[in-house]
Amino acid sequence: MNSEDFLLGEGILKGLKETARNALGSFVSEERLTTVQYPEQRIPTAENARVFPFLVYDGSDWQAGLRCVACQICEKECPPKCIYIEKSKDKKPDHVGKMQIYPAKFDIDVSVCMSCQICVEVCPFEAIKMDTQFELATADRFGGLLLDREQLAKSNEYYHQIHPTEASEVDARLAAEKAAAEAKAKAAAAAAAAKAAAPAAPKPAAPAATAPPTEKIPASPTAEKEGDAR
Amino acid sequence: MANTLDQIFVLLKHWIMGLFPSALQPIVGVLLSVVAIVAVFPGLFALTTVLERKGLGRMQNRIGPNRVGPFGIFQPIADGIKSLTKEDIIPVSADAVVHFIAPLVLVVAVFMGFAVLPMGRNMQLVDMDAGLLFFFAIGASTEVSIFMAGWSSRNKYSLLGAMRAVAQMISYEVPLLMSSVAIVMITGSLSLVKIVEAQNQYTWGLPHWYIFTPWGFAGFVMFCIAATAETNRSPFDLPEGESELVAGYFTEYSGFKFALFFLGEYLGMFSISGLGSTLFLGGWSAPLQVLQFVPSWIWFFSKVMLSIVVLIWIRGTLPRLRQDQLMNLAWKFVLPMTLLNLFVAALWRFMGEGWLRWIVCSAILIAVYVIAGRIGMRRGDFGPRTYRYAE
Amino acid sequence: MSFVFWILAAITVAGGLAAVTLKNTVHCALALTAAFAGLALMFLELDAQFAGFAQILVYIGAVAILLVFAILLTRGAEEKTEKSVFSRTWFTGLVIAAAVFAVLAWAVLHSGAALPDHAGLPGPAPQVTVAQIGNALMGRYVLPLEIVALLLTAAMIGAVLVAMHEKGEPK
Repeated sequence: MNSEDFLLGEGILKGLKETARNALGSFVSEERLTTVQYPEQRIPTAENARVFPFLVYDGSDWQAGLRCVACQICEKECPPKCIYIEKSKDKKPDHVGKMQIYPAKFDIDVSVCMSCQICVEVCPFEAIKMDTQFELATADRFGGLLLDREQLAKSNEYYHQIHPTEASEVDARLAAEKAAAEAKAKAAAAAAAAKAAAPAAPKPAAPAATAPPTEKIPASPTAEKEGDAR
Repeated sequence: MANTLDQIFVLLKHWIMGLFPSALQPIVGVLLSVVAIVAVFPGLFALTTVLERKGLGRMQNRIGPNRVGPFGIFQPIADGIKSLTKEDIIPVSADAVVHFIAPLVLVVAVFMGFAVLPMGRNMQLVDMDAGLLFFFAIGASTEVSIFMAGWSSRNKYSLLGAMRAVAQMISYEVPLLMSSVAIVMITGSLSLVKIVEAQNQYTWGLPHWYIFTPWGFAGFVMFCIAATAETNRSPFDLPEGESELVAGYFTEYSGFKFALFFLGEYLGMFSISGLGSTLFLGGWSAPLQVLQFVPSWIWFFSKVMLSIVVLIWIRGTLPRLRQDQLMNLAWKFVLPMTLLNLFVAALWRFMGEGWLRWIVCSAILIAVYVIAGRIGMRRGDFGPRTYRYAE
Repeated sequence: MSFVFWILAAITVAGGLAAVTLKNTVHCALALTAAFAGLALMFLELDAQFAGFAQILVYIGAVAILLVFAILLTRGAEEKTEKSVFSRTWFTGLVIAAAVFAVLAWAVLHSGAALPDHAGLPGPAPQVTVAQIGNALMGRYVLPLEIVALLLTAAMIGAVLVAMHEKGEPK
């Protein structure tokens, strides 16, 4: 009973009017009928929706382009401990060309995962991201929800599809790292060439050779700081 | 032609009766009417369940059931098959005989109420002189079955729900009866057929329905409140509140017995809507004199379905009332207003024809309503809440 | 006497007997309700419409409910009843029941309806309509009506006082 109403039943009548507007309006306006006929129609998910993690790979071969280097940080940070990683014995080159180990086994038990995104936040290599697929119901009670490396690996193009803004940022960052690494390598090669070309003056060349490397070191920690502060 | 269409069911019944020897004819006539009622009203019940689910859905910004048939109209068949094939669980410590009889008593009592409703011209099952009294007497018997259901389950929540339901039904019976007594006073008869015939007159093309009189309108509002409470329908459905008492007095019922309770509740809704239409809305009489060519049973069933739609609308709109709020409403507001309504109806009758009685009666009712409403809406200062514990 | 009468009499007597011999008190109350229903149907069979419907409305709709509420609220629904439903003073009870039966039988036999030369319903008995009952209540019997109203008001005030007294106690 609102004390601004004049008569006793006024609130009830206002309520009835509102419900009638809802009921009759649901036939004509989209705003008053917010349900869709699932599973024939689906509401598109928001861009920052997250369900369960997946592994990103660059290029077309998932084994060669997998970004994950099996550092096991996500396995240690995961609160319900749903990630299981086994390191490989050999190495493969990563996106900047350095030889890294890769995971021989990477299992996530999706029935345990609580979608907290901590694994994504701590990964230094932008290798694990959150997927938006939720229709994962299966009749296999025991192994159906244990996703292995092959099931988890999805391409970077797919990542661009589901999270375009994030994926562009990540790509920009990785490209910057790659450019920085290449510039560092070029500078090191130039310094080595300068060192080899000027053997007569080793003392003035030594501070010149050490100067470029000190410039490069602040560049990579900022790239990683940007990645952690996201 | 219009007359034939109006009386088509009566003529059909007489024709079938004519096929039998004259000794059996009364029994055959009664049996035919009974079969007609038992066939029509559960069919309407099936339609109403779909209508309710879709109506409530639309009011709540969603679509109701729409998979089982075009627009979901075959959903009751699916519900019926489900309730028939579910396991019938009786708790071990429950009283098996009473547990079994309770839904039967409810359904029988509710079906008997349909016997006196005039569903069209000459279309009532029995024309009793005390038809209204019969209806209310049978309505009072449903309380026994609710109590039996709640008690025999040996479940304290069921028992609590049953007690609440019975208390609610008893307290709202008095306003229900009193708002109908005003009608009886003006008509001078308890027979529902005569009440409808008294309303079937027209002045300037408009009918003499009792809802168009001041005391009739107030009485109709009181009747609606009391009828909604009698059938345990939202916003008065605390006894079967799904969030409070599991399912109240029919917690322990499953399968077909639950379907019988459900049927009994909805049929109670139909019969009390039918009674409301008969008493206040003119029963089978047409709203305008020019529309009298439409058969009378169409008018009756349209009025009943309109009442059902309004009941569904109210269910989708209002929150549930707490038990003490329910009781306060019954004893402190509705009952005094019905007594006042009775007085105003008597005043109406003895003032004679003319415009004066309209003004005086409307003025009395409106003044009392506004004053009582304003007093009731005043926000008293609420101190800290105190509790009274049961000893 | 007709076939319907025998069925209704059987229902009433069976209900009454069950009401005094059953072990569980709530079962007794429900059997009593069946006896009330049998009585109401007998009123209806005798064409006393108002009496029949008033019997259903008042007895089944209110008195039976009152009985079961009273049984439940006073812990009468426990299973531990005494072993035998016959009390030790059965002889006195039998004498009193016989006396009541004798008085009722005398009253019935001395009224006109039970004489054996009436076939079926009594012929020129007056049809009592509700209007006549109303007129009688407001005309000839208005004093008993007002006294009953006073009695009911006193009962209601007493009930309200009893309930309010509990509320006024310190919490």
